[in-house]
Amino acid sequence: MLNTKTAHELLDLIKAGKASRDKILSDLKSRIDKVEPKVKAYAHLPKETDSAKQDSLLNGIPIAIKDNICTKGQFATCASRILENFSAPYDATVIKKLKEKGALIFGKTNMDEFAFGSSCETSCYGPTRNPWDLERVPGGSSGGSAAAVAADEAIWALGSDTGGSIRQPAALCAVVGLKPTYGRVSRYGLIAFASSLDQIGPITKDVHDAALLLNVISGHDEKDSTCADIPTVDYTSCFTKDLKGVKIAIPKEYFIKGLDKEVEDSVKQAKAVLEKLGATFKEVSLPHTKYAVSVYYIIATAEASSNLARFDGVQYGFRDKSSGSDESGQLISMYKQTRGKGFGLEAKRRIILGTYVLSSGYYDAYYLRALKVRTLIKNDFDKVFKDFDCVLTPTSPTAAFKVGERLENPLSMYLSDIYTISANLAGIPAISIPCGFTKNKLPIGLQLLSAPFKEENLFRSAYAFEQNTPWHKMKPDLNI
Amino acid sequence: MKFETVIGLEVHVHLKTKTKAFCGCSTEFGSEPNTQTCPVCLGLPGSLPVLNAKALEYAVKVALALDCKPQEFIKFDRKNYFYPDLPKNYQISQYDMPVGLDGFVSIDIDNVEKKIRVKRVHLEEDAGKLIHKQEGSASLVDYNRCGIALLEIVSEPDINSPSEAFEYLKNLKLIIQYLGVSDCDMEKGSLRCDANISLRPKGKKQLGTKIELKNMNSFKGVRDALEYEVKRQEDVLSQGGSITQETRLWDEDKQLTFSMRSKEEAHDYRYFPDPDLVPFTLSREFIAGIRKELPEFPKDRIPRYIREFGLTQKEADIIVQDKDMCVFFEGCAAVYTQPRKIYNWLTGVVLAYMNDRKKNITQLDLKPQALAKLIQYVEEGRLSNLAAKDVLFYALDEKKDIDSVIKEKGATQVSGSKDLEKFVEAALKDNPKSVKDFLAGKENAIMFLVGQVMKLSKGKANPKVVKEIIIGRLSEDTTYGIK
Amino acid sequence: MNISKDTVKYVANLARLGLNDEELEKFSLQLNDILQYIEQLKEVDISKIAPTAHVLDIKNVKRKDEPSASLPVKEALNNSPQKEGSFFKVPKVIE
Repeated sequence: MLNTKTAHELLDLIKAGKASRDKILSDLKSRIDKVEPKVKAYAHLPKETDSAKQDSLLNGIPIAIKDNICTKGQFATCASRILENFSAPYDATVIKKLKEKGALIFGKTNMDEFAFGSSCETSCYGPTRNPWDLERVPGGSSGGSAAAVAADEAIWALGSDTGGSIRQPAALCAVVGLKPTYGRVSRYGLIAFASSLDQIGPITKDVHDAALLLNVISGHDEKDSTCADIPTVDYTSCFTKDLKGVKIAIPKEYFIKGLDKEVEDSVKQAKAVLEKLGATFKEVSLPHTKYAVSVYYIIATAEASSNLARFDGVQYGFRDKSSGSDESGQLISMYKQTRGKGFGLEAKRRIILGTYVLSSGYYDAYYLRALKVRTLIKNDFDKVFKDFDCVLTPTSPTAAFKVGERLENPLSMYLSDIYTISANLAGIPAISIPCGFTKNKLPIGLQLLSAPFKEENLFRSAYAFEQNTPWHKMKPDLNI
Repeated sequence: MKFETVIGLEVHVHLKTKTKAFCGCSTEFGSEPNTQTCPVCLGLPGSLPVLNAKALEYAVKVALALDCKPQEFIKFDRKNYFYPDLPKNYQISQYDMPVGLDGFVSIDIDNVEKKIRVKRVHLEEDAGKLIHKQEGSASLVDYNRCGIALLEIVSEPDINSPSEAFEYLKNLKLIIQYLGVSDCDMEKGSLRCDANISLRPKGKKQLGTKIELKNMNSFKGVRDALEYEVKRQEDVLSQGGSITQETRLWDEDKQLTFSMRSKEEAHDYRYFPDPDLVPFTLSREFIAGIRKELPEFPKDRIPRYIREFGLTQKEADIIVQDKDMCVFFEGCAAVYTQPRKIYNWLTGVVLAYMNDRKKNITQLDLKPQALAKLIQYVEEGRLSNLAAKDVLFYALDEKKDIDSVIKEKGATQVSGSKDLEKFVEAALKDNPKSVKDFLAGKENAIMFLVGQVMKLSKGKANPKVVKEIIIGRLSEDTTYGIK
Repeated sequence: MNISKDTVKYVANLARLGLNDEELEKFSLQLNDILQYIEQLKEVDISKIAPTAHVLDIKNVKRKDEPSASLPVKEALNNSPQKEGSFFKVPKVIE
């Protein structure tokens, strides 16, 4: 079945005349028909009408897109009721680039509402399930993209990552997820969660596809002031068989209480594989790691509270029409009812927290302080990357948890991002790749981080590791 | 009890850029609703702002012209509040690192210069326009204006009377118009002004409770509203009452202010640096470059015009009100050395034409050299004032050059042509008594004859020339018996 | 640090967020947990540290003052819950 292949495999097959676009699509569709009712990876299923440029780099290979990225004429709802029926009148820059290279936009994947979450449970469309264990979450917020790729309901996908939203679900679903350097990929058309942390990135079946996809979506964009005007490289050309001369740091702060024993063992075994390939390791300290979650939840919610202010029922999306006039008047009542009913619980919680930390009298104590500690976290990494090519850590402290397990305890949910958040705060690139399974057959991911705009370092180590391990070839058994 | 008035003004001006502050939509005034919008200015999900370089340049220009200290580092912040004319429910503005800080505008109070300090100048985006329907329970929103680059200029409370406020606004507007960065047209909303006003017992340091005044549609409206408010507050305070802090709106028709009466919350704008926009550094070279481009402002131009061109203070005051007029005036003065004559022509005939055709001087098809030539013709007696005016109006209407109009209309004529001679003959023939009187030595009699010729020529003749012709005619022709 | 229900109410009003009593109660408890956790930042010496509002050292990104296409008005209004002519329509702003 062609839907199980990677994009680069399909491109080779098409070139060799052994696969057709129609066959790829029909294989995908029949797979979706079978497993989607169980997995629920899509927020909006692919439309028949979509078409792609022929004879191009990507040759019509379909790609699933997270529902917070705008594709012209299609829904972009961020899995939120407040954006119900919102159809984007324009293409995000990444979509424009993908279309130019001949990709076929193929469905919008489910996510935590507005990317607020690590479990894909807060979607207004209901939770996505982990293809490896349908009782468990796929991770989040790009859980739909990760689950779709893992369940072979998509060839590859785009996600977005604000605090780990690509990497954590990639780890929990045994796929590859890359968060590029902040500024490597244009954010234009990505419905913002936290503007200073958000990045769009690939979720793929192997490292090669991630590099190929980054080749297409990265680079300068005049529509995004924060998108760097720094040349990209061909990321598929940096793969090597061994890792001679590669220096990898292991931060001691990441191997502490709360890290699941099985995950720890699996990452240590991965270290042994990399060592065998020629990489050298040294333990380092990233002393401000323990503050990352605090800093993150102040900055991310503050920015989100402002970014989400626009969802008010005036121009688009849901408007509560029942709202009459309360003591503050018709308009304010419309605002409050619309937002009160349109946003889910987690979104409301974050809007409240973010509004609070910015409100008069608290700015210095929270927001400004968080920005300063952010500097310290960034400095920690700058220092390490003077001497090392990569940093190796687990992606998530645990494997996939059960649906509903952490919903009522926001703090415990927030803490599941503990290993991924720092990369967003420091703006550095990070990749998660499969590195093993628990005894319950739940995927485990390892994370590699590198200096800003050095994605090639990640690809090199990740590729060599992948070539020497079986994990990325494993497929979930969905009892079909 | 005597009170002192304390006023601070907040002026917003639209910068005259082709496109909006953070997107490429047109800024043209008066288009159909919501036709000049895009994902960015509509604040659609996923869109991002990118600063218009021209808007920044214009903003820096104004800051420097107001003597603000050059800022090396500026950034944009989000001002968060909900209002339907604000699609993102935050306004991109500047909080603690604006384009300009600590400047001033000079005003003239009874021939004494007073400096009104300018606290800050910052760049922001304008909001859309709300139309409140009279009937029904709805308001309509047009986002065409939304996102247009707006400069906010905030004065210190240094203004002590409504007329000082009026002078401040006049001078501020003039400076901005000199820079050519805004139309400053209150009717089109490209200049708006809100005022803060409070009264305090004379000699007291502590400021009184301030009232925010809005909805003034002209400088005169600002002055009237402030005057009304001074009186109102004086009355309240003299009767032992107190002022409640509130926003009041000026009612132009009824000539009074009234409380907005809506429940006002304490503002909590939650400013923070806009993560979508990067900071800006203004290099010394950039600042120096802009400084070099600054024009000579009225406060320097007036004394120079008095000195160089011999204008009176009043004349200089008048002409500097229009920078383009000044440019034209100086262009003319460079080729024709009678500046006062030029001034009279410009503020007389030319201005009359401009007012009549509702055009400014740059919109006229007139070069300084051409006007200079015309004035010269008049001075040489080739054209009468009236004829010259006709020539000019005709030339401007038809977009023709002056010499060809003169030829075409035969306007030079009147000082040499047969027509004129005919008029002279007729005048002499019809007024034998005056001829006699003149020949008898009554010098004044000739003026009557000149007058008659002027009448016959319908004012086109040049009186000086007519006089010479009459004298010549009477001396050469023995019929009239001159020796 | 303690967020009372009243504080949550005040903040919810700033954010134009209609919350019911149950939500107010729940949020004030949960936010207290989170804020308590965040308190740890107070132990960091930040006296000589500059804030990082932008993680990249990018400055002076501008565009030329050149017009680009606006949306067709139909598309601009396409998603509107309520419109009148080519205006967006909202409940009366001033009553």
